Amino acid sequence: MSDGKMAILNGKGVTKVFGLGDKKTVAVDHVDFSFKKGEIISIVGESGSGKTTLFKMILGLINMTEGEMFFQEKPRDIKGYAKKREYWKNIQAIFQDPFSSFNMFTKIDSVLLDCINLSGGKNLSKKEKDEKMTEACSFVNLKYAELTNKYPFELSGGQMQRLMIARIFLLKPRILMADEPTSMIDACSRATILDMLLKLRDETDMTVVFITHDIGLAYYISDTVYIMEHGKFVEHGSAEEVIINPQAAYTKRLISDVPKIHEEWDLSTVS
Amino acid sequence: MKNTIKQLRHSSQFMVGFVILVAILLLIIIYPIFVTADPLEMVGRGTFFKPGTYVSVVDAVTDGASTQKSYTLNLDTSASRLNARLSMEDREAMVDWLVRFGGVAEGGISTSDDDVPALLELWSEKYDSTNPQKGLIAAKKKYYVRLDKSLKELNNSTDMILAAQGEDGLEQTGTIADDSYVNVKDIANQRTFILGTDNFGRDVLTELVAATKTSIIIGLIAGVVATAIGLFLGLFAGFIGGVVDDFIMFVTNLFTVIPSFVILILISYSVGASARGVTMVAVIIGLTSWPWTTRSVRSQVISLRNRDHVNMSKLSGHSVIRIILVDILPYVASYVVMAFILQISSGILAEAQLSMLGLGPATTTTATLGLMMNWAMTYTAHLNGSWWAYFPVILTIALISFSLNLMNTGLDQVFNPTLRD
Repeated sequence: MSDGKMAILNGKGVTKVFGLGDKKTVAVDHVDFSFKKGEIISIVGESGSGKTTLFKMILGLINMTEGEMFFQEKPRDIKGYAKKREYWKNIQAIFQDPFSSFNMFTKIDSVLLDCINLSGGKNLSKKEKDEKMTEACSFVNLKYAELTNKYPFELSGGQMQRLMIARIFLLKPRILMADEPTSMIDACSRATILDMLLKLRDETDMTVVFITHDIGLAYYISDTVYIMEHGKFVEHGSAEEVIINPQAAYTKRLISDVPKIHEEWDLSTVS
Repeated sequence: MKNTIKQLRHSSQFMVGFVILVAILLLIIIYPIFVTADPLEMVGRGTFFKPGTYVSVVDAVTDGASTQKSYTLNLDTSASRLNARLSMEDREAMVDWLVRFGGVAEGGISTSDDDVPALLELWSEKYDSTNPQKGLIAAKKKYYVRLDKSLKELNNSTDMILAAQGEDGLEQTGTIADDSYVNVKDIANQRTFILGTDNFGRDVLTELVAATKTSIIIGLIAGVVATAIGLFLGLFAGFIGGVVDDFIMFVTNLFTVIPSFVILILISYSVGASARGVTMVAVIIGLTSWPWTTRSVRSQVISLRNRDHVNMSKLSGHSVIRIILVDILPYVASYVVMAFILQISSGILAEAQLSMLGLGPATTTTATLGLMMNWAMTYTAHLNGSWWAYFPVILTIALISFSLNLMNTGLDQVFNPTLRD
């Protein structure tokens, strides 16, 4: 299904080494990937497999030790803060912990207002800005009127994560990196948030890179799955391929580790 | 914010410190309203006056030119004075003389206290040294002469003579009897020195209030300078990292390793006494006490800079300055406030130390707590027992640092809930 689509982000030999000499740890080890436009890609791996390091390298928050990345098939150049800012117009992220993703001293309105200003709406009138914010909030089932003059810590984790999606809705980046966005919230809100991400993809045709340790979730949401073990991709392919017919031993173990209740649900969806 | 203030109100340590500090601040604000005298005015001459109420001798004698408010108290003082001075032996000798040579009947006069005035009257009437005084040895005769002379002096009043400049020099305008007393409250020009005076005859309390004010200002300036430098360097070193961090930390470590007090002494010395005003000393203190703030702010910022909200702010394309100001500064603000309070306290102490060494503000127009201690030490107040010249100063310094440190501990407990008991 991915054939014929333009690649938006490619990685070649991406490596990250922490530390020096005896103490050095290879977090990400010569990884190649190709993310296509409009796809939902899952990167699955257990804790410590280097998912988050890769996530940060793709975002440009930390530098690569080695390797190259191509954004829209051109070499990605993010040397210097000015070029990074340019790059970040195209890529956004949702972080794992909603409680630490917001500046606790900034009101919610100003978080959303920032997004409008950044996405070129600086000269809009106050009324238009309000309308935009209301629209974004209603997209994620939040009531804008209830959020004004509130601080992020007054919201629940699920509400914060939805606010994060509202932010993405306003910014409309080409790539959305989501680092375990649902791991800190309850199962019920989890489904809502995943649905919203899917809806967002359908509306804006953005590429969503979904990082998770939950292979069931990956299967449920994604088009392409990358399995990561000890900083390397051991297997990748379409979700069906990888999960129904796993090749690598690690993938098999990951699948067998999924709780029974999940397995039944998985099987019933498949058959 | 509201919550923090509420928690602070419940922190007993913070409140005790706060109350002491506010009391000191109120004192230095309100006291000068009532006592407008120059704190460095030399009221008395000479050396350390004990705490107490003092009047000038002139004012004790006369209050202005026209109205003399003096009162004779109803005390028979001359009589009691005579009783005290005239020994029983003398009285017996006097009675003996009067009976033998004065023609007074035996038993006509007694030697009791009540009869002393009558005895004296009789004596002055009857005694005559030219009387042959048969039967008396020469020594006894001489004794009576001496006794008579001393009795005449006793009767003479030792009144104070008032004089004024007249046409022909000084003229006597009146006398004030020894037994005239003046009500202390009626004297216009009296000074109460609650804490006595210092070696220059300056009121210690007034001086102390002015000195506390100056010292707190020095502490504030030093605190602001040190915190500003420390905060600025700490934020940039921590957030930008890399070479900038290495360089800033190199300089900071250099300052940390060399005792800052030594640098402080060297700078103060090289600046020279003439340029060393209050502000200059405060700035010098500030310039040598920033390294600890830098170090701690930097370590806080390093742990903050990889937080998700900072990453999110970066992804939103905010400038570095904005990220530091909006996303980092509020998180370290509580810490900086605490560091600032400690800097004020250590600034006041550093000034006291410098001044003790004679390197403090070289000024004759203001007093500082350190200068007061320096003066007390130079004029050996601690050796001659003039405790009032230095003890209140030490107490004030101790109270200020005590209150500031208590406030700091209270704030620490509010900001770090794990420290609460």
